Amino acid sequence: MKEITKYISAYYLDEEDLLSGIKKMQENNVKVLDAFTPFPVHGLDKVLGIRRSWLPRVGFIGGTIGALTGFFFQMWVFTEGYQMNIGGKPLLAIPSFIPVTFESAVLFAAFSMVFAFLFRSRLGLGAENKIYDVKSTDNHFVVVAGYEENKSDDVKEKMEAAGATIIEVKE
Amino acid sequence: MENKFVFDSKIKMILYGMIAVGLIALLVGLFSEGVVESRFWANLLLNNFYFLALALGGTFFVAVHEMGESGWQTSIQRVPEAMGRFIPFAGVLMLITFLFGIHHLYHWTDTAHHDEILAGKAPYLNTTFFYIRFAIYFAGWSILSYYLRKASIDMDSDADIKYYKKQRILSSVFVVFFAITSSTSAWDWLMSIDAHWFSTLYGWYIFSGLLVSTIAMIILILIFLRNQGYMSHVNKEHLHDLGKYLFAFSILWMYLWFSQYLLIWYSNIPEETVYFVERVNNHSTIFYVNLVMNFVLPFLVLMTRNSKRMIGVTGVVALIVFAGHWVDYFLAIMPGVVGENTKVGFFEIGLTIGYIGLFLFIVFLGLSKASLIPKNHPFYKESLDYHTNY
Repeated sequence: MKEITKYISAYYLDEEDLLSGIKKMQENNVKVLDAFTPFPVHGLDKVLGIRRSWLPRVGFIGGTIGALTGFFFQMWVFTEGYQMNIGGKPLLAIPSFIPVTFESAVLFAAFSMVFAFLFRSRLGLGAENKIYDVKSTDNHFVVVAGYEENKSDDVKEKMEAAGATIIEVKE
Repeated sequence: MENKFVFDSKIKMILYGMIAVGLIALLVGLFSEGVVESRFWANLLLNNFYFLALALGGTFFVAVHEMGESGWQTSIQRVPEAMGRFIPFAGVLMLITFLFGIHHLYHWTDTAHHDEILAGKAPYLNTTFFYIRFAIYFAGWSILSYYLRKASIDMDSDADIKYYKKQRILSSVFVVFFAITSSTSAWDWLMSIDAHWFSTLYGWYIFSGLLVSTIAMIILILIFLRNQGYMSHVNKEHLHDLGKYLFAFSILWMYLWFSQYLLIWYSNIPEETVYFVERVNNHSTIFYVNLVMNFVLPFLVLMTRNSKRMIGVTGVVALIVFAGHWVDYFLAIMPGVVGENTKVGFFEIGLTIGYIGLFLFIVFLGLSKASLIPKNHPFYKESLDYHTNY
């Protein structure tokens, strides 16, 4: 995601106004870039055209790798690495491997998803993310829209017409 | 939009046909040499228990969601409510089964031969107390599910919050009552078949099977109603949530199945392993088919969001799970009662078809008597607007 340097930011105080406002802006050809809300707003993803996250797929792949790793590691340990007779069970005692296989699947899935999320969202230690407006860190519903050269006033008017309160116009 | 299900003669004829198949199978079972008495009674118990479980699951579904103040399910609530109507009918059929077949089903009823283990269990496992418990279960279940449904239907003609409050109280009582009786009834009717064997997890295991098969049945009935042009307000969002339930409860069932199996396998005590030794050695095909139908298929197929939102895919999986849990109960009952005479023939399949016909007949009769839409329920509007992201 490229950092946006030219934008107009505006805020709403209610999520219903935000949703209908964004729809109205889009009808008037305002390029709505992003929205920042204090809590998840139902239907906002759809309005902003954000595709579904592919994080579950990462989780699936991580979980599969984890399950296979857990299973084959135990298999190797008990049949090759350190053979031990436990309770007269065969060396390859598959039912007793299942809890560990399951847990390692969960562990790998969880970690792969956490790190994929941090990587994709550019979060993590020392990360600095742009805050378009300090209001977005509190109770305001902030909308950020882009504009073309010399058309900032036009876009600003359209945003105000959609019920938003303009915060600033950044060149 | 039709608000009321019309139980027309075409559907009725099909269901009468299914019940007739069941009756023919019953006659075949009574008079055929091939069907030994234990096989006859075991199949009656199997179908009785399975369809009772679906009926109980319907009432349980309503009760839990009323208690949890869940809004999404209100628009489909009439289906599980109608399923609960089958409880008293299952009770009558079960009473007949036990009155005539109890000695074929449960060897602990034979007190003539002294058996030390059974003598120790006699305070609980004796015929008198068995029938007392039977009466308590069915009295409690039937009355609570009847009044729970009645409160919901009364709300249609009289929009008063008192019916909703009544529903909440009845739901709470039912859930507490069912928490105890679901376990003890599973011990009474299924676990006591192998009276020497015991498992502390058995009640939970049967209960998780009850949950998942109920969800499968609700999905199938909803899809049928939608195909008939009813309940157009039920959309992908509601189906998605039911699909999530089907997926999650399949995993819960497998979790409990495996928890029971692993401990018994690991400790390797003869009095505990006898249950699985019999099933793995002599019924190995059914043993593994059971796991594939009830866990592997639903787990892999319903994993993605899209498959849960496709009516066809969820419907097929629901059908597989519905059949799968019949197989699960089959494996729980047959080896202990019938032993080496266990077979799947016309008798088994015909009787099950008959039970499906009877069950659906009573459910549809219930649906046709009341509106399909609980229009005065406080959460009805929320249910219509419901949509789910993940």
